[in-house]
Amino acid sequence: MPGLLPCGPDAILVEPADVAQLPALTDALAGGAVAGVTEVVPAARTVLVRFGSPSALTAGRAALDHLLATVPAVVPVPDPGRTVTIAVTYDGPDLAEVAELTGLGVDGVVAAHTAAPWRVAFGGFAPGFAYLTGGDPRLQVPRRAEPRPSVPAGSVGLAGEFSGIYPRSSPGGWQLIGRTEAALWEPTREPPALLSPGRWVRFEAVP
Amino acid sequence: MSALEVIRPGPLALLQDAGRPGLAALGITGSGAFDRKAFRAGAALVGNDPAGRDAAIEITLGGLVVRASGGPVQVALTGAPVPATVGGLAAPFGRAFALAEGDELALELPPRGVRSYLSVRGGLLAEPEFGSRSRDLLAQLGPPPLKAGDVMAVGLAPAWQPAADGTLEPDFPAVLEVLPGPRPDWLAEPAALARTWEVSPQSDRVGVRLLGEALAWAAARIGTELPSEPVVRGGVQVPPGGLPVLFGPDHPTTGGYPVVGVIADSDRLAQLRPGDPITLRWVR
Repeated sequence: MPGLLPCGPDAILVEPADVAQLPALTDALAGGAVAGVTEVVPAARTVLVRFGSPSALTAGRAALDHLLATVPAVVPVPDPGRTVTIAVTYDGPDLAEVAELTGLGVDGVVAAHTAAPWRVAFGGFAPGFAYLTGGDPRLQVPRRAEPRPSVPAGSVGLAGEFSGIYPRSSPGGWQLIGRTEAALWEPTREPPALLSPGRWVRFEAVP
Repeated sequence: MSALEVIRPGPLALLQDAGRPGLAALGITGSGAFDRKAFRAGAALVGNDPAGRDAAIEITLGGLVVRASGGPVQVALTGAPVPATVGGLAAPFGRAFALAEGDELALELPPRGVRSYLSVRGGLLAEPEFGSRSRDLLAQLGPPPLKAGDVMAVGLAPAWQPAADGTLEPDFPAVLEVLPGPRPDWLAEPAALARTWEVSPQSDRVGVRLLGEALAWAAARIGTELPSEPVVRGGVQVPPGGLPVLFGPDHPTTGGYPVVGVIADSDRLAQLRPGDPITLRWVR
């Protein structure tokens, strides 16, 4: 049941009826549309809204409800000023399988992955990991049946509607199609993650 | 400059402070002291930053031995009451005391509870990551677990005055209150969560796992997936296997299994020991 879902003493999980409301909802909340909000955490279908205290939650609930009822469903438009170009060498261990699963062939997968700009929908899983959406729908492939115990840092993967890049070596079940040298995570940078929510990514094939 | 040297770390000893709040959108979880009330009480006893920026040692099941070097240090033990000695003499619990240069403080096993805190006036220094010296065991951020031979410098004495000694009431919960979470409808019978469970040995700062009769998912949900959504400390997650996980400070920022409730006071999870019975009770 979409709406404002309870999430403990000082947070609400907001689930819009239309997932296309999420970007505008997240932007509005991050921009201070509801007083008393201390943290906004977007995810695939929901956004967590944390208030500083139970009383702030009580005070902000009506405004949050109003925002949810009025926020538009919009397909976000790529913003060149917020677009990061990432060079990828397409030689991942699952590239051949993805080429087969999608029926696109290797060149077709590379063309589809580099053609459409991807939007950073949300972060999670590990520091600096970004879930990218809005790519070519023909690239939707399931996760690997068996996750790899160790995926090298910089690996570029696909899973469901998402593409993502492993910021550091970790276990992982995404289908790996390539690798990048891009520095996704620099603790001394502000923000430390190269790909923060609302940014756009364009992949570029390099040898 | 005075310092603390680790002679023996015991089962697990970690630096912890107030953690990394507000960074979940970057995939960084809150982390920080698990029993925040005990950590804050320790900070107050030695006159450290009330906002929790001075790091203390979070000691899991005692066993830690440290030596003061380079000068005296003012310390306090809080959390799970742990018998301790300095040079063979009993050390106080729940009030500040001084370690002279060369003194060794040795902790035994706390009879009850899990996590004790050793607060040091001025805090323990280590390289912070994202504004915190807390060790996040899941993301492996912050200083690694303490090991024998580690030497941690003690920060400059802060401007705050140590609090008067007070009685610290050890908090060993038999009942935990559960507030509504986002997905109770994923359970066949949400009311079935409210019963007495056993704390699993597979419990850590990421989550406290419960053992008991598995909860059934609602028939319509079986075989379906919940798109990953943000989770909170204290969240009661029920994977398809039906045994609840209660999220601790190092929980993942998002999860793909339903969170049916949220523990009202998640600090209390810090002292749950494997084998302990724990009763959950829904509150509105």
